[in-house]
Amino acid sequence: MINLLRDLNLSARIGVVIVVVFLLAVTFGPMLLPYSAVEISGSVWEPPSATHWLGTDNVGRDLLARILTGGRMTVLVSFFATCGAFAIGCPLGIAAAITGGWFDLIVTRSVDALMAFPGLILALIVLSAIGTSIPSLLMMMAVLSSTIVFRLTRAVASDVAAMEYIEVARLRGETMRWFLFKEVLPNVAPTLFTEFGLRFVFAAILISSLSFLGLGIQPPYPDLGGMVKENALAITFGRSAPILPALALALLAIGVNLIVDGLLKRNANLDLHK
Amino acid sequence: MESAGLSGLILKRLASGLVTLFIVSLMVFAGTEILPGDVAHAILGQQATPDSVQAIRDELGLDRPAILRYLEWLYNFVQGDLGVSLISGREITDLIDTRLRNSFFLASVAAVIAIPFAVGLGLVAALYEDRLADKSITIMTLVFVSLPDFLLGYLLLLVGAVTLGWFPALSRISSSMSFIEQLQAVALPCLTLVLVVSAHTMRLTRAAVLSVMNQAYIEMAELKGAGRRRIILRHALPNALSPVLNIVMLTLAYLIVGVVVVEAVFNYSGMGQLMIDAVSKRDMPLVQACGLIFASVYVLLNLSADILSILTNPRRRRPK
Repeated sequence: MINLLRDLNLSARIGVVIVVVFLLAVTFGPMLLPYSAVEISGSVWEPPSATHWLGTDNVGRDLLARILTGGRMTVLVSFFATCGAFAIGCPLGIAAAITGGWFDLIVTRSVDALMAFPGLILALIVLSAIGTSIPSLLMMMAVLSSTIVFRLTRAVASDVAAMEYIEVARLRGETMRWFLFKEVLPNVAPTLFTEFGLRFVFAAILISSLSFLGLGIQPPYPDLGGMVKENALAITFGRSAPILPALALALLAIGVNLIVDGLLKRNANLDLHK
Repeated sequence: MESAGLSGLILKRLASGLVTLFIVSLMVFAGTEILPGDVAHAILGQQATPDSVQAIRDELGLDRPAILRYLEWLYNFVQGDLGVSLISGREITDLIDTRLRNSFFLASVAAVIAIPFAVGLGLVAALYEDRLADKSITIMTLVFVSLPDFLLGYLLLLVGAVTLGWFPALSRISSSMSFIEQLQAVALPCLTLVLVVSAHTMRLTRAAVLSVMNQAYIEMAELKGAGRRRIILRHALPNALSPVLNIVMLTLAYLIVGVVVVEAVFNYSGMGQLMIDAVSKRDMPLVQACGLIFASVYVLLNLSADILSILTNPRRRRPK
């Protein structure tokens, strides 16, 4: 891990700092603050002050407490949705690459059909039918995101399967377990790891956009996109209340993207050295 | 295959585009029917009485098999009859009419600005690779790609409408306004869309042009002493044209999705707002109509990207 950090360029290190600080803040921040995310502790849309560092929201709740709690919700939902996408996409991708034939054809064509849609539009159509409970949101996001994971895993797995070292290991008579964990996984891990970052950002922005449109996470649960919607009117009074939660989301996305960009460059350099 | 030639290839691509459209329509229809219970129950929620459920079932014709309803819906859609809204009881064609035009107006103004701007900057970044111009453009695009659409929208709203007061905060356009007035009304949502879309387009253009500039034939042209101008115009441009055209189409397709969020930020009365409204009220016929329109435009853009790429890139005409 330390070695990996040393390999990264400056902007990726900045990304690591942003993400770590963000995660620490949303994990421990709400416990350290004097206000909870639901308690009314001031008047409506107070400007930032010593008592409310970022001001208050549309009903007088502390904005900082809500951003931290909402940020936690956004991170958790995006993380689980992305895990779901990998849990669906990876096994299908590897299976399709190894078995080929009809199975491969059917799965690939279904994924093509799903990708013929713009993601947000498909999400809206499905949500109109299954409703906006958190489990249905998670399921919808996982399926949407799994299409890209499937394509990537399938491509990488068929590349790796054709490599000479796999042939060598096969001739040595290694077990399937060795194959997967010692030969295939270390070689696909960097690609999958960077993809996880990209999918995570996609999920965070998708769920926030849906919440912003009123079709994502529903009150009373706070989340970053929903907070932008709640405070939207403040903008006409020149207050920054809807901008702050959106900035928090942007910060998280920029942090992850910086890391991903650094990792991609590092991987590309490794390829050159060969 | 070889005898079929160019027109044959394009016809084949058109046919597969039609098949995609058909599948997409099937998915739009199926997507709104996948819930375990019954649409009528879902729409009524707590207020469901046996009578009211039956009334909605009759109205939507839910007692007939889904496949029949699908075929009928598709047939009517192709004829231009989009059905009747469940909530307002009005013809969907009437509801969509001006909104579709509004969205189209917003998206096309954004496209006219965004495409030359983004492709130009992408070119600059690629031609001055690793120099200051490139590095600053690359960092800027990385930041902009990460910004959610609504953040850009509200920032522009705060600066352009509230602080400076140059533009209206509510973007309303009507047919009684002159073209210039309409342009001023959509300036902020339009600028938001341009910024959202440009970052992606720039990154893609830079990558596409760089991959052409790193080819062996460009090095060969340099070695034989061709001037920079000649290399770019005669050797690089024809090869970069196909990927860049593809990127332009992708940009247009991305605009379609961007429109949904940006319309909500600026309260702009367009297709996006209509669809969101329909989804939150569970107005199924309206959701289906909006969904199919959005998806068809998207599919058609992808289709034209492919056909343009066949036309501009002779390599793609070879049978694989």
